[in-house]
Amino acid sequence: MEVSSLPISASHRAKLISAGYISISSLSSISPAHLARDLGISENEATGILKVASQRGGPERTIPSHHSIVDGLRAQTAWDMLHEEESCRRITTSCADLDDILGGGISCKEVTEIGGVPGIGKTQLGIQLAINVQIPLEYGGLAGKAVYIDTEGSFMVERVQQVAEACIKDMQEYDSFLRKDLPARQVNLQANDFLANIYYFRICSYTEQIAVINYLEKFISEHKDIKVVIVDSITFHFRQDFDDMALRTRLLGGMALKLMKLAKKFTLAVILLNQVTTKYSGGSFQLTLALGDSWSHACTNRIILYWNGNGRYAHIDKSPSIRSASAPYAVTGRGIRNLASNCKRVKLM
Amino acid sequence: MRKSVNRVWRRVMANKLISEMGLPKSIANIFAARNIHTAKDALSLTEFELMELLDVGLAEVTTAVSSISEISCPPYQTRMHNEHLAGHLPTRLKGLDAALCGGIPFGVITELVGPAGIGKTQFCLKLSLLASLPSSHGGLDGHVVYVDTESKFSSRRMIEIGVNSFPEIFQIEGMAQQMAGRILVLQPTTPTEFSECLQKIKDSLLQHHVKLLVIDSMAALVSGRDGQGQCRQHPLGWHMTFIKSLAEFSRIPVVVTNQVRSHSGDDPFHYSFQDSRQNLDFPTTFDSHLVAALGIPWAHAVSIRLVLESKSGQRFIKVAKSSMSPPVAFTFAISASGISLLHDDGIEMTGPEINAICGQVLKHFNVASSINDAHNIKYFRDFEVTVVYSIKNWSFRVVCG
Repeated sequence: MEVSSLPISASHRAKLISAGYISISSLSSISPAHLARDLGISENEATGILKVASQRGGPERTIPSHHSIVDGLRAQTAWDMLHEEESCRRITTSCADLDDILGGGISCKEVTEIGGVPGIGKTQLGIQLAINVQIPLEYGGLAGKAVYIDTEGSFMVERVQQVAEACIKDMQEYDSFLRKDLPARQVNLQANDFLANIYYFRICSYTEQIAVINYLEKFISEHKDIKVVIVDSITFHFRQDFDDMALRTRLLGGMALKLMKLAKKFTLAVILLNQVTTKYSGGSFQLTLALGDSWSHACTNRIILYWNGNGRYAHIDKSPSIRSASAPYAVTGRGIRNLASNCKRVKLM
Repeated sequence: MRKSVNRVWRRVMANKLISEMGLPKSIANIFAARNIHTAKDALSLTEFELMELLDVGLAEVTTAVSSISEISCPPYQTRMHNEHLAGHLPTRLKGLDAALCGGIPFGVITELVGPAGIGKTQFCLKLSLLASLPSSHGGLDGHVVYVDTESKFSSRRMIEIGVNSFPEIFQIEGMAQQMAGRILVLQPTTPTEFSECLQKIKDSLLQHHVKLLVIDSMAALVSGRDGQGQCRQHPLGWHMTFIKSLAEFSRIPVVVTNQVRSHSGDDPFHYSFQDSRQNLDFPTTFDSHLVAALGIPWAHAVSIRLVLESKSGQRFIKVAKSSMSPPVAFTFAISASGISLLHDDGIEMTGPEINAICGQVLKHFNVASSINDAHNIKYFRDFEVTVVYSIKNWSFRVVCG
């Protein structure tokens, strides 16, 4: 391994190389005092450099108890990942058709982007998921909490209250229909309990948006029961007032990486709601999700909500594990539900 | 109101100074030396860029960014239901108020969009009146700022609405003057004046107990500029965020009217994965060839969109976008007392037609000879005139009946 790839400051790197330390192994048996003398830096700084070098080069990094072919890197075999994937919980959307095409629901451990025209139901779906993640384990839920990052002010408390009450009612019905023979149990939840389990951040600028995403790592490690992070919407503050498009792309890329890391590290679902814009392709203007082409690569899964005929449909535009399909859904007074009509067939692409 | 002033000052997190964040002195000095003074400056760079710029290691940069982020991040809230921040301005249209969970919500932008002469300004006049009424009569007992960009504000008409809707108040001596005195009308004529207006409004909002902001109309200032193109940098970008944040910090209802334009071949309605030959979600009938002006970003920015349209001789007001209402349409009519619903039970519209804007207009006016006149409806006459818009060239024929 090369010294030039160490995450140290540029001047230290330059000094190391000019003093002749090209590879990490050359640093393995040197004392801080010696290094400090050679480079003309303080002993503290030398200790810091050696520490970084030993972290990178050492073979004693903790690797999960599976043998890995590549030394020094944290790797898992595909077999182990399969077990993880299968035991990974999913958050239901309360719409059976939508759950079907998603393979059971929104998967934890991944970043899912959901986009659509205004009024199609993105915020509705976000609210539904923030409620559904809290469904207790005995009803098939995850008993988790939600982080709701609101950049547009679309989180209407009255609506969340409605959806929560409908969810409680569904749980009570489930009890009365499917568990008739078992001893009765009470659903001791109120709508306010659901509201109390949603950590709501109101974000007013792109700086705050970056700040909150950076801060989430610490926040979630202090609140380990958070199982979903919803950003509504990821686009708003990046859409206007951005003269430097290259900067925008870099910042979005950084955000996407951090969110992916969060999803993986804490096994939670990250849901990003996106707006639409137009693009010129194939001789005509088409609708597409906002934030550009480079952003479209950033998210693991992509769902587009759109109007088709007389109904709202969700289309899986991009996913590494689920096949492309569309399913109808409805936005009702109780939240997101199945479209109650005859034409409920799921359309496969 | 005092509470919201604190929120305004607390909100400017992006401009928080790094020197005041309590970071270890060494790193704080390095930031300052490299001209990174605010949270915004620091967070606009990626961690590698910061490493290069500040000449420090990755671990230090990560720690610093982490601290800056934690400090610049607004604190979380748990939004319980019985909070005083949620409020509504009742419109006195029972069915609509029920659909909107009480009325026009505080703190967000409510948009009224529809063709000329449909009743948007009438609605705005009625709302202005309602906001100025004393709370004993269901009003907000406050001042109203009415930004009139097309010179459509008619105080004579507003008094007429007042006298007919609330005779018991307006018959009291001096009441009409007091009510009308609470409504401040601003009439900017250029986009620059409009921007200045908004700035001034923001500054004086809190001092003058303003309880409603009406902008009639927003589209007047961009319709001349970009025609119907979908520009990359939306000309309304700054205004959009400004008005939105204004609504939020002051917790007042903000009502904005929008115009319509004819649908052009460039307006996209499909994604690449849809089969565009099917054209199912865009009925190619003559009636729905109108779209809201101001574009898609604006449509995303508003929280409530009320579409006013006319179809087969009936006027409809539709709740096209609202996170707390089902998609319903109500029939309405314009009368001496403003707008009134013909039925309080709305018609539920589950398909995309809730968003469509119909172009047939039933109006009362003395014969209009151009589209411009059609926008300036000030008088009411006995005969009814049907104006049918043609798709292609904005010409129309007048049928008296």
